[in-house]
Amino acid sequence: MNLSVLFSAPYRKIARDGLWDNNVVLKQNLALCPLLAVTGTATNGLGMGLATMAVMVASNAAVSISRNLIPSEIRIPIFVLLIAALVTLVDIFLNAWMHELHKVLGLFIPLIVTNCVILGRAEAFASKQPLMPSMWDGLMMGAGFTLVMVVLGAGREITSAGTLFANASVLLGEEFRFLETTLIPEYKGFLLTALPPGGFIMLGFMVAVKRLLDNKLATMKPAAVEAVMPIAIVEGGEL
Amino acid sequence: MNSTPEHHPLTSKAILWLQNAKQQLKIWLEPSNLEKLRPQLRFQTGVLAGFALLAAILLGLADLATRGVILLRQQEDLQANLAQVVPAEFHDNNLLNDSVMINSAEAKLGAEQTEAYLAKKQGNVTAVCFKFIAPDGYAGPITLVMGVDRNGEILGVRVISHVETPGLGDKIEISKSKWILSFNGKSLDNVSLELWAVKKDGGIYDQFSGATITPRKVVQAIRRGLDFYRSHQAELLGDEK
Repeated sequence: MNLSVLFSAPYRKIARDGLWDNNVVLKQNLALCPLLAVTGTATNGLGMGLATMAVMVASNAAVSISRNLIPSEIRIPIFVLLIAALVTLVDIFLNAWMHELHKVLGLFIPLIVTNCVILGRAEAFASKQPLMPSMWDGLMMGAGFTLVMVVLGAGREITSAGTLFANASVLLGEEFRFLETTLIPEYKGFLLTALPPGGFIMLGFMVAVKRLLDNKLATMKPAAVEAVMPIAIVEGGEL
Repeated sequence: MNSTPEHHPLTSKAILWLQNAKQQLKIWLEPSNLEKLRPQLRFQTGVLAGFALLAAILLGLADLATRGVILLRQQEDLQANLAQVVPAEFHDNNLLNDSVMINSAEAKLGAEQTEAYLAKKQGNVTAVCFKFIAPDGYAGPITLVMGVDRNGEILGVRVISHVETPGLGDKIEISKSKWILSFNGKSLDNVSLELWAVKKDGGIYDQFSGATITPRKVVQAIRRGLDFYRSHQAELLGDEK
């Protein structure tokens, strides 16, 4: 399998969709529940985002491999079964080998099952596309989700506690302790953004900023009419 | 091309059978064949059952592989918590191995039975520590561990889990404030009953500006913990066989 295929047009489009154009949070407005609950700090957002990304790649792969086997009448129960099994595996793995992170993320790992992004991508993409594009889509949509989680988490952490990436060494290991900074020493704290309503408000601003940027970019490139790349990639060949 | 080595007739039969099976499977998995199969009820049932079986096997294997490791982690957690409230110089034994189950249904410690860990130095009990719960925290139950010495004085107490409001009630955590250290050295003897309360209620312990209920409930829970220790003190300390 030739990795340079990742730079081809259909794959670039999948990447662009996942990270920006069709971002699961900023455009599709999905996964708001885990988003608001876990983005108290940037590190928690990063950990949760990475766990979700891993599940998305695996579930998209599993669905894509068996897409011909799965009758459409029972596809939803089977997707949910696969996703739940994968999330349970991730939960067990974290509990055993990344125990501190597991304690920090706690209840929210099992809640990844309810994250509609994963089911959504399985249904909208992986059930119709071959393996490589499906895994790439899972990775990119997951990356877009993680990006929003980290930015929102950082914003909430800085405004509510004055720190950034607190406890990064718990998630990433001792080498990353340099990431933990206190931006505003002796910060009194701003309760609103520590709680979900404040997170929701910040999220609203993020969506607004994305719209603004999109409009600006649209006015800057009027001539480039992007040919709508058909996402359906022809079967056969190396895929 | 090498000549095929001599096979035992049973092995060649098995190999042939496997090759045949692979062939059949390939034909069966043809997209056109699956098209025909998918609407059939028995195929759908079979696929659903197949996926369920696969999931069950994967999860079973994962559990087998990690059960021991996870148990170990939970022991480590407990040891870390206990070490916070009983200083290392107080004992030379493994706290987890020296424990007594005591009925705590009436002591309002949040559980019917409470496991009391005995810190021993050369066989003599020097301190006792246990976990207990304040069920009436502001936002939910608060779990604490406390270590008490032979005289009933608190060696240390720590909040190990809670859901109190960040920035307000969470000052009961050692990482957020030194408040919990103000209990060190206190006992039911050197602090009389009426003084076991927050200052607002006429006691000696600080409350937090903006959060009174949380510290109040923690103080009450610690007092209940000391009551529990006192009523079983003889049993715990005199357990020197």
